Amino acid sequence: MSRNPNAAETADAWDAVVRFDDVSMRYGREPETLKDLSFSLPQGSFHFVTGPSGAGKTSLLKLIYLAAQPSKGLLHLFGQDVAQTPAEVRPFLRRRIGVVFQEFRLLDHLSAFDNAAVPLRIAGRKPDSYRQDVAELLTWVGLKDRMHALPPTLAGGEKQRLAIARAVVGRPDILLADEPTGNVDHEMGLRILRLFLELNRLGTTVLIATHDQDLVARSGMPVLHLEDGRLAHMGPVAAGARP
Amino acid sequence: MSRRRTSGPFDLDRWRPAPFLPERDTRDSALVFVVAVLCFLACLTALGVIASDRAARGWSHQLSGEMTVIVRPKANETPDSAAARAAETLAGVPGVAEARALEREKAEALIAPWLGEAADLADLPVPRLVAVLLDREAPASAQSLERALLARGLDAVVDDHTTWLADIQRGAAIARWVGLGVFLLISAAAAAVVAFATRAGLAARREVVELLHLTGAEDAFIARLFQVRFAQMAAGAGLVGAACAAVLGAAMRLGGGGQGLTPVLPVAWSDLLAVLPCPLAAALVAAVAARMTAASLIRELS
Repeated sequence: MSRNPNAAETADAWDAVVRFDDVSMRYGREPETLKDLSFSLPQGSFHFVTGPSGAGKTSLLKLIYLAAQPSKGLLHLFGQDVAQTPAEVRPFLRRRIGVVFQEFRLLDHLSAFDNAAVPLRIAGRKPDSYRQDVAELLTWVGLKDRMHALPPTLAGGEKQRLAIARAVVGRPDILLADEPTGNVDHEMGLRILRLFLELNRLGTTVLIATHDQDLVARSGMPVLHLEDGRLAHMGPVAAGARP
Repeated sequence: MSRRRTSGPFDLDRWRPAPFLPERDTRDSALVFVVAVLCFLACLTALGVIASDRAARGWSHQLSGEMTVIVRPKANETPDSAAARAAETLAGVPGVAEARALEREKAEALIAPWLGEAADLADLPVPRLVAVLLDREAPASAQSLERALLARGLDAVVDDHTTWLADIQRGAAIARWVGLGVFLLISAAAAAVVAFATRAGLAARREVVELLHLTGAEDAFIARLFQVRFAQMAAGAGLVGAACAAVLGAAMRLGGGGQGLTPVLPVAWSDLLAVLPCPLAAALVAAVAARMTAASLIRELS
């Protein structure tokens, strides 16, 4: 379990690994998807991002993994103002963030093993140094016998577990997951939650966008609840609230 | 798709990391063909420029080493004796290696094409010609020949071929610049094709680029993947194109003979060496084009 489930509310905002100050975001000339968000996530915190479809959960994660930029406000990652961060430094910020994409984004021409090892190869690690780690992780997520399979031959749940393995293999400082249990059965969902909690216990800041009420309830972790692009609630799950 | 062998769990091939970029697809084969054709044309142009330059230099060299003297006999002597006297005079001028009076038949043969078959040349006062071969080391000038002829009382005009020489040199220069222009145009077309193919390749592999980008790969790292891929492809295509051009050049050298292309485009064996840099040049052009295109597309992602 997290050392401090409600750390976001009590920590000094300036020490936060993620800090939003009045942040809005829009795609092109569309209306704002996210509106005036202000919150911070201290190191080692664990939050779920909840809200109805279209509330802006995925967009919020995109801002943090630097796939999009705020149209207004200040976003700080690891104490750095993202807007002021030089382009050549951004890849190194991204390497500190593991992402489980909703659509997985697996590379079809690489084996499951090579897909899981992508972040380590990009970080410059040699195959000899990561072979055992990746194999152990894939075994842990139940893909021991599928290590050399290509993604098109994997079932939906297997793809999801592979995407999770790739996100956590580099022991990121921040782990972002977009509906990580959407394609797995209840049992595997709980195992994945345990993996996230274990990583969080080791100091990883975790932020999970989900519709899975049961997952949120079982974890007992606080939520960032979005409604129509605005932060409606931040903290423990409000009584009667639906994620 | 994967090339890995599927035998046994300890097969090292199974554990060797696969390249980030997928294996080649049919688009790449088309690109190889187009770049090979462009390289073939570029090499052929280069061979043509070298050969035409050699031909022009040969003609210039030949013309600049010779002069023609037109002798008009005076009233008290025959054309043959005037020509003989002029040849004797010219042979003694420093810088002249040989002076030879041409027979009447040769002079008539030279002007026959302008007068037609019907003309009776026997009735015409055909001037006699003296062919002068100059000393290559210290050739005599047209003025010195004229002075020597005048001193002996000969009525003659010295043609130092200046007009023809200038025409040939101008023609050779035009051929050289046109060849260079065509060569550069083909190179630019090859670069544009590679740039276009890179853009298409990046678009087709956008998911790879995006994932690498979001996983923390530096822009230069991603650009390098495409740079290396397209440079290798272009080098292979350049090799094929250059080899084909060399084979054609060799065929021109062997089969041209005295009546074929050889007199117009005298290809030497050493000219075939000109195709050697082609694969390297193609790879370089492809690498630069691919890097610039990839870098620009990655910037759009950022």
